[in-house]
Amino acid sequence: MVRDQVADFSVEYVQALDEEGDLDAAQAPDVDDDQLVEMYRLMRLSRRADERAIALQRRGESGTYAPAIGQEAAQVGSAIAMTPDEWMVPSFRESAAFLTRGAPFHRLLWYAMGMEEGAEVADANFPPAIPVGTQPLHAAGIGWGHEIAGERKAALTYFGDGATSEGDVYEAMNVSGALDAHAVFFCQNNQWAISTPRETQTRAETLAQKAVAAGIEGVQVDGNDVLGVLSVARDALESAREGDPVFVEALTFRRSMHTTSDDPSVYRTEEQESEWETRDPIVRFEAYLRNEGLLDDDRVDRITDEIEELLADEIDRAKAGREQVVPAEMFDHVFAETPPELQRQRETFEREQGDGEVASAEEGMSGEERAAGGEVSGRGDVREERETSEDEEVSGRGE
Amino acid sequence: MANELRLVEAIRQALREEMARDESVVVYGEDVGVSGGVFRATQELQDEFPEQVYDAPLAEAAILGMGVGLGATGFTPVPEIQFASFAYQGFHQLVQHASRMRSRTRGTLGVPMTVRMPYGGGIRALELHSESFEAGFAHVPGLKTVVPSNPSDAKGLLTAAIRDPDPVMFLESTSRYRAARESVPEGEHTVPLGEAEVVREGADVTVVAWGAMLHEAMSAVEDAEADAEVVDLRTISPMDSATILESVRKTGRCVVVHEAPRTGGLAAEITARINDDALYHLEAPVERVTGYDVPFPMFAREEAYRPDEERIRRGIERALSA
Ligand SMILES: Cc1ncc(C[n+]2csc(CCOP(=O)(O)OP(=O)(O)O)c2C)c(N)n1
Repeated sequence: MVRDQVADFSVEYVQALDEEGDLDAAQAPDVDDDQLVEMYRLMRLSRRADERAIALQRRGESGTYAPAIGQEAAQVGSAIAMTPDEWMVPSFRESAAFLTRGAPFHRLLWYAMGMEEGAEVADANFPPAIPVGTQPLHAAGIGWGHEIAGERKAALTYFGDGATSEGDVYEAMNVSGALDAHAVFFCQNNQWAISTPRETQTRAETLAQKAVAAGIEGVQVDGNDVLGVLSVARDALESAREGDPVFVEALTFRRSMHTTSDDPSVYRTEEQESEWETRDPIVRFEAYLRNEGLLDDDRVDRITDEIEELLADEIDRAKAGREQVVPAEMFDHVFAETPPELQRQRETFEREQGDGEVASAEEGMSGEERAAGGEVSGRGDVREERETSEDEEVSGRGE
Repeated sequence: MANELRLVEAIRQALREEMARDESVVVYGEDVGVSGGVFRATQELQDEFPEQVYDAPLAEAAILGMGVGLGATGFTPVPEIQFASFAYQGFHQLVQHASRMRSRTRGTLGVPMTVRMPYGGGIRALELHSESFEAGFAHVPGLKTVVPSNPSDAKGLLTAAIRDPDPVMFLESTSRYRAARESVPEGEHTVPLGEAEVVREGADVTVVAWGAMLHEAMSAVEDAEADAEVVDLRTISPMDSATILESVRKTGRCVVVHEAPRTGGLAAEITARINDDALYHLEAPVERVTGYDVPFPMFAREEAYRPDEERIRRGIERALSA
């Protein structure tokens, strides 16, 4: 009997900036000084934006929020590698990537405030996907479109370690490989899917090797090293633009809670958390930039002030927008053209919300009565526009 | 003996008692073990039953599909889907396998799985965390769908569901989990599946509701001028038509309330059944008070979407004025 080894694989790990902030020049991407400082600013901005969003939720000013604290290098380093016209296909934890691509913070807040306005897309950004792991298929679709159209562009999609257990993620990688879709699969392995550690998701030693079965390239990068991430993301995007999709596993850590409804002390120890504190992506990058003479106390202070000012303005804007929510807009945009029955529901709704003329042309009338607009019931009780309640979440633990 | 429990605690008690009674009962799902579930329904159960409570990878198709395998071969799977909106990720397993295993094997294999999941709005949750897909499950032959409205029924119905030889979708209203403490019988307590309950007797109009909406309906009838009879459907499939019909024959009027979208919703089915078997007892068309045919809005607009006391009261008035 002949027994040959017919497959063999290895997974590369990339790091440019180590935990002390020392650079391995061979792994370093080509970046100019201004861009380096800009990446630092973006990481600081994202961290602070998340902190402010958490505080707003705690004060009842906003709803559940999923912070990216600890994952700034993974998101900034990858998002900045894309061209502005390349599609980003995010999950729910991509505040840093959104900010890197120029999305204003008030939009992220609107989303957290439960407003569809926050999911309106600007530029080449898909709205956040709330179901875990469904969106990589959208990137595959966009990227296949690029292949069909012969465009040198790629789509980049973000998802977590937990998502790699979902069938859709494997399907996305597999179809992309089979159809030469211009897609980059960017997995932020932040070690946890809510309370479930990465070891419970899979027995595979790396997540990157999941690419092997799909026939595409898989690579691991230190996700807390913004320069390593930039370098790997650039290569991956270049490859994808040519029709060779890539799966990137960025090894990082969610420093904060899963969402503002979560309490990590239930499932992880302070030891685990402090271990990752020493690998913080911002501390490391700042040390490097100071060594290079690109940052000093003055410059850092100026950046801090600018960020505080910017975020204060954005928060004011978000709050102002929240006051202007029009409930009836839930009927708009369900279809490009609102069908008659839905239009009727909208009118009933507006009448009930509106001036207090309670008509009986409401639910359950015959078609003719409806067409006639219904007779006025005569009760005429005025119903105030209902305020959006600012009640605390009653779920306690609802995500 | 009775205990004052919240709905989430009643559910935990049913799980605990059923696992203790029957070691074939296996509770599993995303985050149900160490952390006790995002709503804490399974809190501390893993410590008590380490061989019967498991954290599962983030994979709903696996969670439901494995339930088919476990269930058909001697286990009693009680998986949790973290939010009802993520059951879609395993919907094919429910429709293509779990629901029809018994009929296609002419009764030789069955799937005694009880799928627990939080559903519905009212807690300012994230996008896609508040839907009521009940009619979708009810449309699948071979699945039973249960929606308890109070702690006592939650325990009794869940116990009955776990003991039921067929797959049961068990929908738990997120807004009721911690809403109120009520008296729940200790020890053995079952509420039969497929039986509605008249929770308030009345002569003028029948109001049919379930889950969270039952409570809105009860508040609405307190304020209404009419003497309303309120039916808690409890099991939406298979539906207890007899209780509804009997009530409607008495009152001659009916209002059906649900949070799910109107088109193709359960109210349409209930109206059809009344038309089939009690049409000549009706003195007014059956009224529907439902969600609108729009995606469940994010929470800044969810109050506008969900039927509330006011809308239900109007529905009752329309039924009475016709
Ligand atoms: C299909 C689906 N199942 C379950 C959930 C509930 N849920 C939200 S986030 C999450 C964990 C996600 O973990 P991971 O993919 O590692 O991403 P992370 O949150 O760590 O960024 C779960 C289970 C969901 N949103 N979608």
